Amino acid sequence: MNKKAWVGALSVLCLLGLWLLVGCSKKETPEEQPAAAPAAAQPAATPIDPNTVASVSGTVKFDGAAPKAAKIDMSQDPACKGANTAETVVADNGNLANVFVYVKDGLGNRTFDVPTQAVTIDQQGCRYHPHVLGVMAGQNVQIKNDDQTTHNIHPTPKDNREWNESQPPAAAPIEKNFAREEIMLPVKCNQHPWMKMYINVVKSPFYAVTGPDGKYEIKGLPPGDYTIAFVQEKLGEQDQKVTLAAKDSKTVDASFKQ
Amino acid sequence: MYRTKEPTLKAVATPYNRSLHRFAVFTACVTFVLIVAGALVTSNDAGLSVPDWPTSFGYLIKVPHWVGGARFEWSHRMIAGFVATLTVILAVWTWLAERRRWLRLLALAAFGTVLAQAVLGGLTVLFYQPPAVSSAHAAVAQTFFCIAVAIALFTGRQWVEEVPQIELDTRRPSLITLTLLSIFVLYVQLILGAMFRHKGMTWLPHVLHAAIVTIVLTWTAVRALSLYSKIEAVRRPAVIMLSLLIAQLCLGFMAFLTRVAWGRDAAQPELPMVISTVAHVAVGALLLATAAVLAIQVWRHVPVAFEELVPSGQRKPVAA
Repeated sequence: MNKKAWVGALSVLCLLGLWLLVGCSKKETPEEQPAAAPAAAQPAATPIDPNTVASVSGTVKFDGAAPKAAKIDMSQDPACKGANTAETVVADNGNLANVFVYVKDGLGNRTFDVPTQAVTIDQQGCRYHPHVLGVMAGQNVQIKNDDQTTHNIHPTPKDNREWNESQPPAAAPIEKNFAREEIMLPVKCNQHPWMKMYINVVKSPFYAVTGPDGKYEIKGLPPGDYTIAFVQEKLGEQDQKVTLAAKDSKTVDASFKQ
Repeated sequence: MYRTKEPTLKAVATPYNRSLHRFAVFTACVTFVLIVAGALVTSNDAGLSVPDWPTSFGYLIKVPHWVGGARFEWSHRMIAGFVATLTVILAVWTWLAERRRWLRLLALAAFGTVLAQAVLGGLTVLFYQPPAVSSAHAAVAQTFFCIAVAIALFTGRQWVEEVPQIELDTRRPSLITLTLLSIFVLYVQLILGAMFRHKGMTWLPHVLHAAIVTIVLTWTAVRALSLYSKIEAVRRPAVIMLSLLIAQLCLGFMAFLTRVAWGRDAAQPELPMVISTVAHVAVGALLLATAAVLAIQVWRHVPVAFEELVPSGQRKPVAA
């Protein structure tokens, strides 16, 4: 290749690069943002006799002294004025909050209607509310930004599609859904690295998240033998078996330790 | 040992171009700043704070709200754009002004590397930081830095005008082999470190390989300093390499403490963690570039002496 050919090739490459940059510099409008995909057609839900349904409830405890919560420094964004401790392990008087409890096994091939109502995640004080969320596969999740700063919502799933979207202050809520079952799917904000939460995607409506008092309740279960799973983001998973007869109301407690 | 007191090689006859050299030095310096900016992005976990690429929040150049992770990522992109522009100018300028064909090709390679680097940066964003792609982005960054430093060296007055002082190397492995081995082990270390930083690997391989890097680099520097310290062009990078190696080991230890040992349960990247890891990356880049400079200078000043092997029955050389 002679000198002129090299210079020519270089110029073409430069022009191509510039064309690519200019071509891609169009501002994204909100209309172009991908919306939540419509849920796939579901098979008819298996009927459950409301006269025989049972429930399971209980308290999740933390055994021992609760670990000191890690400090959060929000000084990098003046619009962030939330609580300054992480929610990795929240235990008050031994009651463990933010434990996801769900029926892991025992429902067989039953199918369930996906709720048409979306569950909401609110970004407020540069934290996610709630910190742990349960949702059915295909059910919409609505994400709002109540802060006067831009967040980006970035789920990092193993079995679902990963996405990462920016949400400026006062922007319209983002609606998404997750197609596959996945427990403790992490969601983070790359703008504010302390912002973390977990979404739990399950196939049945039989799940709950423990409150600050460590309590949970799962209602409407048909009689049967079940495995109840208790999952905590840092402490892991515990499974317990329970047999529910018609109209039973059983207590299943769990206890975690570090 | 074969030694020549008088210089035997002469530099390729080419005029010293001060403006081009200064521009090359400037490009290398801005590239170093870019590496620091990139390290700040990773250390602050801000890699995906700007979710689109090649635009940033929908624009090519528009300063976003100057808070959070976007500060680091946006600055990194803007400096990268500046370095890409500098590289295009450097490539075209070198192509037009330089007589040495191999240097013109090197400038073209710099341009190709910067293009590849931009594509890797884009893929990192669009595919949500796959460890292999992000690590390649980190490795190519330092490769480009080495090329920029090499161009600055080759365009320098000393390189162009000096009559190099030559000493033949008869030791095995030769010093040039050791310097190339140094570059190789440093490059492996760079990839292992990048894989750990981008969550594609545990810290153990990076820490274990640090021992190999220490042995090889010390061996190289000691050989260079013990036998060729009279050659300033070899002595200086050897001393700098040894000093940087010590600094890098200390910084690596600090990065391990702040990030792995103490920062395991941190809610976010903390300042000591950010400072130590960014400094570790920056000194790592300087170390690799210094090893490259040493290899170049050794190749120029300490060529390998070959002794022709003749069958025992024909010890007496016969003129052809």
